[in-house]
Amino acid sequence: MIVASVGNVLVWAVWLGAAFACLGSAVAVVSFTNPFYSALALIGNLGSLAVLYLLLSSEFVAAAQVLVYAGAVMVMFLFVIAYIGPRTESPWTGGPTWQTIGAVLAAGAILVEIVVVIGLKAGGSLSHSHHVDGTFGTPSYIGRLFLTDHLLAFEITSIVLLVAAIGGVILGAHSRTVHPDEVPPL
Amino acid sequence: MGPGTAWYLAVAGFLFGVGALGVLIRRNPLIVLLSLEIMLNGANLALIAFARHLNNGAGQIFALAVMAVAASEVVVGLGLIVALNRKRVPLDVDRLSSLRG
Repeated sequence: MIVASVGNVLVWAVWLGAAFACLGSAVAVVSFTNPFYSALALIGNLGSLAVLYLLLSSEFVAAAQVLVYAGAVMVMFLFVIAYIGPRTESPWTGGPTWQTIGAVLAAGAILVEIVVVIGLKAGGSLSHSHHVDGTFGTPSYIGRLFLTDHLLAFEITSIVLLVAAIGGVILGAHSRTVHPDEVPPL
Repeated sequence: MGPGTAWYLAVAGFLFGVGALGVLIRRNPLIVLLSLEIMLNGANLALIAFARHLNNGAGQIFALAVMAVAASEVVVGLGLIVALNRKRVPLDVDRLSSLRG
């Protein structure tokens, strides 16, 4: 009994730390003026989300989140930010414009809608969750689902990635051939 | 028992709202892309919370598909930004209002 309550407190502590790190780094991404710092804050956001996925017993998705997002996608982001160079932009100076006020109102409306819909429509059924067994979320479980029930999603994902790779190559090649006489800076 | 599904859904909704605010407020297209990633991750967290709640792995499969789509979107978006930068176009989404050549 005592061991169970200590485990409870530990799970809550880890959840609170991960959730507040997640929300704080999300606010930091939106409010930092330097894009490089925003990208670093997004890496923290993705890492704390991986902790939340682990608490939801989704080990494979957490590992894929760290590898794919924080490992690959964010490295590409940081390379592009370093390539373009530092361009700071201060969104909060110069007083609130009508655009800023409208954006804050729209985002607040989205948040209120989500909270109200969850509270009204799903509040009763969210209290008792199903019991999950030990194999839920393991790589073998995900792999079996991908190759049996969700084979079409697996194949479509590969086609989407192939099309995106071709699009990236075409964008890079096209922007290079626009100015054939321009000497590329070394 | 740890925190229930509603707590995870609250975090997911807040993440989606913060990402939407960033997409609407910021003018640098790089930060707009980063805020889009926050919105996609909020949706992913809700999907995984419901997968755990209903003991159904389809939510995790959907989350992995969303991650693949997000990676493709980043490839195309960053390619566009690099192409704009090479043509000396100002990187400001308020001034990128026409798609002509």
